[in-house]
Amino acid sequence: MTMTKELLAILMTAILTENFLLSKFLGICPFLGVSKKLNTASGMSMAVIFVMLLATAVTYPINNFILVPNGLAYLQTIVFILVIAALVQLVEITLKKYIPSLYSALGIYLPLITTNCAVLGVVILNVDNGYNFAYSMVNTLGAGLGFLVAMVMFAGVRERLESCDVPKFMQGLPITLVAASLTSISFLGFAGIVDGIFG
Amino acid sequence: MVLAIIVVSVIGVIAALMLAVASIVMAVPVDEKAEKIREELPGANCGACGFSGCDGYAAALSKGETTCTTLCSPGGSEVSKKIAAIAGLEAGEIAPQAAVVLCQGNSHNAGTKLVYSGVKSCKMATQLFGGPKDCIYGCIGFGDCIEACPYDAIHICDGVARINPLACRACKACIKTCPKGLIELMPLHQAKATVLCVNHDKGALTRKECKAGCIGCMKCVKACEYGAVKVENFCAKVDYDKCIGCGKCHEACPVKAIDVIELGKLALKSINRI
Repeated sequence: MTMTKELLAILMTAILTENFLLSKFLGICPFLGVSKKLNTASGMSMAVIFVMLLATAVTYPINNFILVPNGLAYLQTIVFILVIAALVQLVEITLKKYIPSLYSALGIYLPLITTNCAVLGVVILNVDNGYNFAYSMVNTLGAGLGFLVAMVMFAGVRERLESCDVPKFMQGLPITLVAASLTSISFLGFAGIVDGIFG
Repeated sequence: MVLAIIVVSVIGVIAALMLAVASIVMAVPVDEKAEKIREELPGANCGACGFSGCDGYAAALSKGETTCTTLCSPGGSEVSKKIAAIAGLEAGEIAPQAAVVLCQGNSHNAGTKLVYSGVKSCKMATQLFGGPKDCIYGCIGFGDCIEACPYDAIHICDGVARINPLACRACKACIKTCPKGLIELMPLHQAKATVLCVNHDKGALTRKECKAGCIGCMKCVKACEYGAVKVENFCAKVDYDKCIGCGKCHEACPVKAIDVIELGKLALKSINRI
């Protein structure tokens, strides 16, 4: 029971209070880059969730069975980048061959997130927090879902911005950044909510 | 130190081997014919051909899903010849065309019935009493077509959209976008008469709405010796196949809603006029 509770707490924390985009400010590039339309935003988020889960599943054993026993924990960053990049390439080739429809849906976004800091961030944070495999996967899933929530929310904000009469000096990136900061502040409202529910 | 180097290199080599094997085992054959056709197409992905961009058209041609090589109006006859040679199909002529906005309802000609302060979009404004102008058929001038145009050929001049025929590639993106259905393709290098109005109200009402609106008086029909003009629903329409561009209809028209234009020869200045 406590384990389920803890897993749920980790999941909700990763989605709401410790949102990767809006509280940790990881993966800001896709946040500003592909959030113009709802469908590209959700497509990108799906690809991020997929790659994050895959990366965690592969880097966890590498870290725990190769790096840590040999005292090479300081190589985490470089090894993780290497492994994730190769993995994404492999996934891309496989998808192109066997699931062309999924490839054309994710295709453009997959190479984009090969070395995205959100993907690298989640695997390193899992290690730093000392999570076991199940906790790592749940935390990763939460981080990915949080990414999706933030992207979809912000895409909605930007679609509304499109039809607004923005002063000339604020048009384009400036107003987008202001909107991003406001969206980020709105997530502060979730602070403490997880402790309140599961604590 | 040595162990670190070995571990990283081993992981790197394993990853490289995996990718190398995967790229051979799971290689997807690339359609060379489609690639070649794709190179000849303009690459604007405007969708004039009706396929999903240039890649879609190239793939359809190479797979034989379509045998029509004249669908790319931006590329014209030249591209048709080239892609026909690659695909082993017959080339065809594409008569150059350009789009025209059939409205003269600028601030001088057409009055406004309401002050619109909502979202600056023709699609939205249409839903509120058919737009801010008196005439519910005319151009609203918020420029939905400007957004749609992949060639940057449209701009708004005194509340009415105008298309630069020399920049227009006849991709029909604006035609699909215009909520009033005001935009039409016309031959680019032939002088043809055209009715710059689509108002279907009765004459008396049209006169109140716009000074340049077609009132359906039939004078152009009588003036035309070739039977090229027809009036339907109180609005004249020219058949470009029959019209020779003599200009008699223009002389007869009391509101000058009908005009003879040769799009390709219009100086940029006068595009703003029509």
